Amino acid sequence: MATFLSRIFKYGWQSFSRGKWLSVATLVVIVLALVVFESLIVFTVITKTSLSLLQDKIDISVYFKPKTNEDAILKIKKAIEALPETASVEYVSREKALALFKETHKNDVAISQALQELNDNPLSPVLNIKAQKPDQYAMIAEELERESWQSITQKITYRQNQTIIDRLSKIIDITNRVGLILTILLTLTAIVITFNTVSLAIYSNREEIGIMRLVGAPNSLISGPYMVEGIIYGVIGAIISLLLFWPAVYWGAPYLKYFLTDLDLRAYFSTHFLSLIGYQLIFGIALGVISSNFAIQKYLKI
Amino acid sequence: MISFTNVGKKYKNGSTSVALEDINLKIETGEFVTLVGKSGAGKSTLVKLIIGEEQPTCGKIMVAGQNVGVMRSKDLPTLRRKLGVVFQDFRLLPKKTVHENVAFAMEVAGRPEHEIIEVVPQVLDMVGLAERANHFPSQLSGGEKQRVAIARAMINRPMVIIADEPTGNLDPVNTWEIIKLLTKINELGTTIILATHSKDIVNALGKRVVSIDKGRVVRDEKNGRYILH
Repeated sequence: MATFLSRIFKYGWQSFSRGKWLSVATLVVIVLALVVFESLIVFTVITKTSLSLLQDKIDISVYFKPKTNEDAILKIKKAIEALPETASVEYVSREKALALFKETHKNDVAISQALQELNDNPLSPVLNIKAQKPDQYAMIAEELERESWQSITQKITYRQNQTIIDRLSKIIDITNRVGLILTILLTLTAIVITFNTVSLAIYSNREEIGIMRLVGAPNSLISGPYMVEGIIYGVIGAIISLLLFWPAVYWGAPYLKYFLTDLDLRAYFSTHFLSLIGYQLIFGIALGVISSNFAIQKYLKI
Repeated sequence: MISFTNVGKKYKNGSTSVALEDINLKIETGEFVTLVGKSGAGKSTLVKLIIGEEQPTCGKIMVAGQNVGVMRSKDLPTLRRKLGVVFQDFRLLPKKTVHENVAFAMEVAGRPEHEIIEVVPQVLDMVGLAERANHFPSQLSGGEKQRVAIARAMINRPMVIIADEPTGNLDPVNTWEIIKLLTKINELGTTIILATHSKDIVNALGKRVVSIDKGRVVRDEKNGRYILH
């Protein structure tokens, strides 16, 4: 068995290393397919970051009447937190709101003086609520508008911001869908192109396959080397595509930061390097081996 | 060792064409048999039937005790390892060197590495290609390529070597080199079936001649001559 396997590996390597332009052409296509695959990973990272940034900007605030009892507000907070649609609820008391206000406007003399002249804290306590998904704000707003709470609530910002929230929800939804469709389409294109290239490479070897059969080679010894060649294409393709992609990411990342300040592609690639090369190898090897396996089958029928 | 009993072969390509009809033939161990006939007479079809590349339409073909006509495709490689085949167009593996081409037949048969290292140079020496062991087929002349094909055919010491027009692409000097080589292999005990339409070769050999015409055996003579009308 060990001899048999070592022969399969030897034939596979020979076929790859002596295939010259045919091996190079197949390798180039695999590298391109893997670059597409990597681009899709980067595209997903960028989309996710920008969408989560956008999503983070959406929230609704409930302003309570200034003299509302804190226990009543905390009760509402608890009730809203219990909703499955709620991601987080932040309570800002009147005192905290005033402190924040002062901090924000500490350089504004007019506002500071006006505040000093006031005997009472004019700010209302607030609950800032974030939903799990943008389209869930309507449900949370409905809950907040319940009759028993209306006596203590002063203003709920949802209705004022409803149009913009709905629009952002739609943008996020469409971007997610387009991203998914694009990922599927590009992945399929990469797979089909690679499959065709490998098929053509094996087609050009059909006479060799016939000779092997005439000499009495069993199917496993004929198809095995093509699987090995597929593995070689996958491994070398993954390494080359990463070598090509890495400098592009390194160069492009600072420019991307102008638009998405929270996104550090260099750091992302550094921390995810092992998993990225793992994905590349798995995708590359699977692409090479599955394509070879499909393409060789019709030449094995005697 | 090889027998044909009422064998027929028809091809269906829109209309039916008869390639072989009512073939009854017996080839014994150690014989040197020449199959003669014009192009299209059915010689190559006969060779293809022996190695299981084609299935007969009717009749029975026995090779080394096995009925090739009803053999399952997964059993064919085992049969082919017992046969050596040489073709007019050499059929060498272009990406393998001379040594690797010959060694491939042994590797396919599952022979151990040390045996391959020992036997391949001996056989290459016998066919006069020891110096060319590391050359690729594209670097060889036609005669050299055919000698590699013969070395590959004989490396597993097959019971029979089937040569289908092995000299068809060769000049006279190389032609006689190949015939001499086949004769030598036959003297060592291997059965040879040589399909050819070369009158000179057949007459010079003076071995058993099976003449085929329009898909039928029209003459079968020991120490025969090339006679076709």
